[in-house]
Amino acid sequence: MTPILSVARLSKSFLDYSSEWKRVFSWFGASVTPKEEHSILKDISFSINSGESVAIVGQNGAGKSTLLKIITRTLKPTFGSIGIHGRVSAILELGMGFHPDLTGRQNIYHSSGLMGFSKEEIDRVIEEIEEFVEIGEYFDQPVRTYSSGMQMRVAFGVATAYRPEILIVDEALSVGDAYFQHKSFARIRDFQEAGTTLLLVSHDSNAIQSICNRAILLEQGTLIKDGDPKDVMDYYNALIAQKENSKLEQKEEQSGTTQTISGTGEVTILSSKLSIDSKEVEYIGVGDRVTLEVVVEVHQDIDELVLGYMIKDRLGQALFGTNTHHLGEPIQDLKAGKSITYLFEFEANLGVGSYSIAVAVHSGHSHVIKNYEWRDNMLLFHVTNSAHSEFIGTTWIPPKLNYSIK
Amino acid sequence: MNRIFRDIWSYRYFIISSIKTEFRSRFVRSKLGALWMIFHPLAQVLIYALVLSAVLKAKLPGIESQYAYAIYLMAGMVGWTLFMDIASRMLTVFIDNGNLIKKMSFPKLTLPLIIIGSSLINFLLLFIVMVIVFAFLGHFTFSALLWIPLLMVLTMALAIGIGLTLGILNVFIRDIGQVMSIVFQFWFWLTPVVYASSMIPQEYRHLLFLNPMTGIIEGYHSILVYNKMPQLALLIYPSLLSLALLTLALFLYRKSNAEMADLL
Repeated sequence: MTPILSVARLSKSFLDYSSEWKRVFSWFGASVTPKEEHSILKDISFSINSGESVAIVGQNGAGKSTLLKIITRTLKPTFGSIGIHGRVSAILELGMGFHPDLTGRQNIYHSSGLMGFSKEEIDRVIEEIEEFVEIGEYFDQPVRTYSSGMQMRVAFGVATAYRPEILIVDEALSVGDAYFQHKSFARIRDFQEAGTTLLLVSHDSNAIQSICNRAILLEQGTLIKDGDPKDVMDYYNALIAQKENSKLEQKEEQSGTTQTISGTGEVTILSSKLSIDSKEVEYIGVGDRVTLEVVVEVHQDIDELVLGYMIKDRLGQALFGTNTHHLGEPIQDLKAGKSITYLFEFEANLGVGSYSIAVAVHSGHSHVIKNYEWRDNMLLFHVTNSAHSEFIGTTWIPPKLNYSIK
Repeated sequence: MNRIFRDIWSYRYFIISSIKTEFRSRFVRSKLGALWMIFHPLAQVLIYALVLSAVLKAKLPGIESQYAYAIYLMAGMVGWTLFMDIASRMLTVFIDNGNLIKKMSFPKLTLPLIIIGSSLINFLLLFIVMVIVFAFLGHFTFSALLWIPLLMVLTMALAIGIGLTLGILNVFIRDIGQVMSIVFQFWFWLTPVVYASSMIPQEYRHLLFLNPMTGIIEGYHSILVYNKMPQLALLIYPSLLSLALLTLALFLYRKSNAEMADLL
């Protein structure tokens, strides 16, 4: 089977010349050495077969968008080659080339032209697009009167009017209303079943693990991992964690000026982890019984120690918080040098998503009185749903269903 | 090379639709719409015809009409406008469309073609209105008009050659755009549009013909003012220069193609 996309020893670098004239002379065959060479992609090779769906992950600046631009042929590789069999459609720049004064219909004709379609080809699908985008009479109104959601719909409609061999989807797709999101994902799945190769750019582990059968990890312009999405995502998360820890150390050097860690320091938080059956976890299932373990160290004699934690959703909204005062277990009269390990066991009745835990040590019923240390984003974890029926929201409230028909 | 032309051919619908879009968006929110496409050139021509002839009352040797100078000026202006319109828009065509080039994959040479198309439409409208106004002024120059297409092609070839060559370089060396906007102003006055080449002292006149536009504009004068065929000898130098510049532009385009999106 010949791969639909094959990338062989691909490198991309941007050349800097001390004078732009030197670049011009180099086209005429003059031997000019560039002053600087910024290497964006280094020696990347992989190939993808038709029907595969591959996630491309990496931190900002890892070279993801450069790689995609080379695949969509907007940028040319410096070295190496890229072979594509078929048409590439990218849902990266939705609404690129839209003209505000033209109607939705006119813009569809115009921007399909930009994608290389002829008028006859668009004539054939225009009604189908109109039906798909469901914006009613707005279809023949100027685009400047559209809401951003409507623009998104029209743009998605154009980009997917014809099934491409390779479809590149950016996570920007998740912008827009849930109804249309669902509809567009259904279309993407149809394409996939018909043999379209999907390239998904995302940071969302859930989306990647549910849609993709393969993931490629880029780090500083090199391909460092290519394989099963779960393995690659674990590796990726470890990579980020490592980065965040080192950042944290940097922050600690300038103590007192940081926002994430604050407090007077009589007691400090040494470590914290989330575990299931005493195995540390980052991904947990809905309703799993987990244990939050926090270790603190006392540096000065104190009258009272209370430890609190708070679970927040990805928007920073508090979902649940309590402390050992409210739980009736404040510890009195602690001597310097002691270390305490707290274990909180609870059922994670949370919806699918990412959550963070903030931890604080203080005295009294809240940290307002005496705050020893407060750490935001102490722990990050993700909730996935594999064992229960699908639901939305951040909280799991499983109902018991009864009904009667009369 | 073949591939470039095949790419462009497959984008012919985009080119036509872009030209339409350009005109449509210019007039879409005005009541009179496309009528403005006639009014603008008409106003331009009428200003020259009425104001200049009435106020300046300048006469030119060889024609009787009291509108002689206005006719002479309009004939030169129509040619110069075509040249300037194309050349100046070509100069910034890649920079102006930088966003599109960076984000979409399509043959970049379609962009200059869109400019050529819309400039040509502008020119034809101006030209038709002008000939009609000429007729109203009692100046009939119809028999020599069949030479106009040749001059148009030559004017456009020179404009494209210069505009595209500099337009490509302008992506990399942005000062070129600034320098050229000044150069174009000088260029206008170094071309016999407002004055006649016969007004230049004999010993300097050959210098005027170093300017490739001189021969072309003199061609417009021959046809539109004197109703004669253009002096073909004057057109040889502009033709050769256009050909050389077009070749250079195409060469630069192919060489710069890979790096252009990097720099935009």
